[in-house]
Amino acid sequence: MSSPEATTYLAALRQAMAEVLAADERVFLLGEDVEDPFGGAFKATKGLSTAFPGRVRNAPISEDAIAGAAVGAALDGGRPIIEFQFADFAICGFNQLANHAATTFWRTGKPCPLVARLPCGGTPGGGPFHCQMPEGWLTAHPGLVVVAPGTVQDAYELLRAAVACDDPVIYLEHKHLYYHLRDPGFSAGGPLLPLHRAAVRRSGRDCTVVTYSAMVQGALAAAEGLALEGIDTEVIDLRCLKPLDTETILESLARTGRLVVASEGWPYGSVASEVITQVCAEGFHLLDAPPRRVAARNTPIPFHPALWSAHRPDANAIQEAVRGLVNF
Amino acid sequence: MDQPIEPAPCDAVAHLQWMLRARLLEERLSSLYRQGRIPGSVFTGRGQEALSAAIGMQLRPGDIFAPLIRDMAGRLAFGLPAIEAARTYLGRITGHMRGRDGNVHHGLVDQGMLPMISHLGAMAAPCVGILLKRKITGALVAGDQCVAVVCIGEGGMQTGAMHEAINLAAVERLPLVVVAANNGYAYSTPSHQNFVCRDLVDRALGYGLRGWSCDATDCRAAWQTVAQALAAARSGDGPQLISARLLRLAGHGEHDDAAYIDPALKAAAVDCLDQGRQLVLDQGLLDQAELAALHTTIKTEIDAAVDQALGEADPVASDESWQIFADPILAAGAGAQA
Ligand SMILES: Cc1ncc(C[n+]2csc(CCOP(=O)(O)OP(=O)(O)O)c2C)c(N)n1
Repeated sequence: MSSPEATTYLAALRQAMAEVLAADERVFLLGEDVEDPFGGAFKATKGLSTAFPGRVRNAPISEDAIAGAAVGAALDGGRPIIEFQFADFAICGFNQLANHAATTFWRTGKPCPLVARLPCGGTPGGGPFHCQMPEGWLTAHPGLVVVAPGTVQDAYELLRAAVACDDPVIYLEHKHLYYHLRDPGFSAGGPLLPLHRAAVRRSGRDCTVVTYSAMVQGALAAAEGLALEGIDTEVIDLRCLKPLDTETILESLARTGRLVVASEGWPYGSVASEVITQVCAEGFHLLDAPPRRVAARNTPIPFHPALWSAHRPDANAIQEAVRGLVNF
Repeated sequence: MDQPIEPAPCDAVAHLQWMLRARLLEERLSSLYRQGRIPGSVFTGRGQEALSAAIGMQLRPGDIFAPLIRDMAGRLAFGLPAIEAARTYLGRITGHMRGRDGNVHHGLVDQGMLPMISHLGAMAAPCVGILLKRKITGALVAGDQCVAVVCIGEGGMQTGAMHEAINLAAVERLPLVVVAANNGYAYSTPSHQNFVCRDLVDRALGYGLRGWSCDATDCRAAWQTVAQALAAARSGDGPQLISARLLRLAGHGEHDDAAYIDPALKAAAVDCLDQGRQLVLDQGLLDQAELAALHTTIKTEIDAAVDQALGEADPVASDESWQIFADPILAAGAGAQA
């Protein structure tokens, strides 16, 4: 997973953008600091404004205008990709996303296909305004598709699929994975994969851990540790947070009977609470123990690394939750 | 509108001292960052100290100050002890932010210095709200009233939040002073990709308020422009917009090499600190030896503050209450739970 030549998560999503820009003249990219030579705060767009002159454009610091411009471009037949510098600042464009992009097809029958890229998630020293996971408020609004790749291959696949999708797609890219996650087996150019299917990343019989984004790696690490204790954990990567692939989750629970949902986001009104609600409504009979949620603490995200680590769940927290269920 | 305003005189030595305190403190913090002792990044106001110090020095108790990324000098001059800046960067439990927030995201609410959130433009409306509340309660005394100063970059000026807040202040004719520091770049984005009017001061006309424009690498110009805008706001002239031209003499943060900055601009850059030193020499206020002694004194003072903060404790996660609510009834109940 860490050979230096292996493709990074960041390179995979950049490659997907390069491919869609090359393949589809309706695609363009708008965001703060995205042009070369800088190529974006995280270098996600490095090289793209040079390779596709005029189609990768710096915007003023105006998130509402960036999101609203994407709505307009989409309504006029474009396939805009917008980059928010941090997911935290997407909240300044929330009106256009939640009230405009999300409602247009339902109100008018005209699709509004745009992709909003949100660099999300925690890094030590990021503090309350540069680490947020925004899926709670974004999934609450009907009409938005929300995806959250947790692997290098998915960084590529989900971005291609997002651009192909006729609905507004929120693409949550995790900042910690940008350079830390590498995949020597990454392959480009395959057929488009469906956007909305979850993936079983590890099979197991004793407990199902449903997760997404960077917590997929945490859950896989937790499962490795639990295996040494004789606990066999299944790990499901949601990939798409809305709509939810409840079918894959229920199939898994039919095997394991136990559910832990792990996310880096806050607990209240979350994807985790939605998964648990749907499972309880449709699969209560499959459960041998009450489902558990592993989430961040219910405070803003602390700056100091010691507080930050204690604020967010990790592999240990997942292991503890799984043990609790297995011994229920 | 538009009567001449008599600027308050500038004490060039005092101005230089605040600039120097900020510069030396930020240089020390940057070196700690490079040693891996500060998480995240360090954001300096290098090249912008003359403007920022002029603001902090000319505000009074009772005024409101909403500093931003580049305002270490203003914060110190307004009354922030240097050690508090160091504690915040280091995330010390002893600091006013208690390790919960860091780097430039801090303030002293009781003393009227608002703790910025990152979202650019977001500090202006709260300043307007403070003034509006004071107007409603009769606490704004026309003639010599308190003011609120909100600092912003030319990039942040392009947010909807800024526009809404300025317009509200104009409608309510509140003593808000917006200081827009156009330092050439918003992160990597050159100013012409953020706005295309000749000078941001042109917007004053559109909002129906008074505008001031200056070259803020010139210490006297920075001081006088701030002085005039503050005097106008205090006198009841309504909101004021200052557009200050300068150049960011550093990366966006210390993680950024700023390779994107036009080399011609870099070569022509004026450092307000050099200019301030020259000023006190030219005016015969200090000689070279006194200037060197001043540097040493301030360096010693800053190093002592930072060293003390370095010796203080980090927060301990097991001591954290994870308590979010202020209301005692809520806090006693489900506060930490949700
Ligand atoms: C609403 C919002 N969008 C994006 C950012 C990310 N960001 C932080 S500083 C910055 C550049 C700011 O430029 P400017 O306002 O000109 O101030 P300067 O840094 O040049 O002092 C950006 C884009 C932010 N903090 N808030």
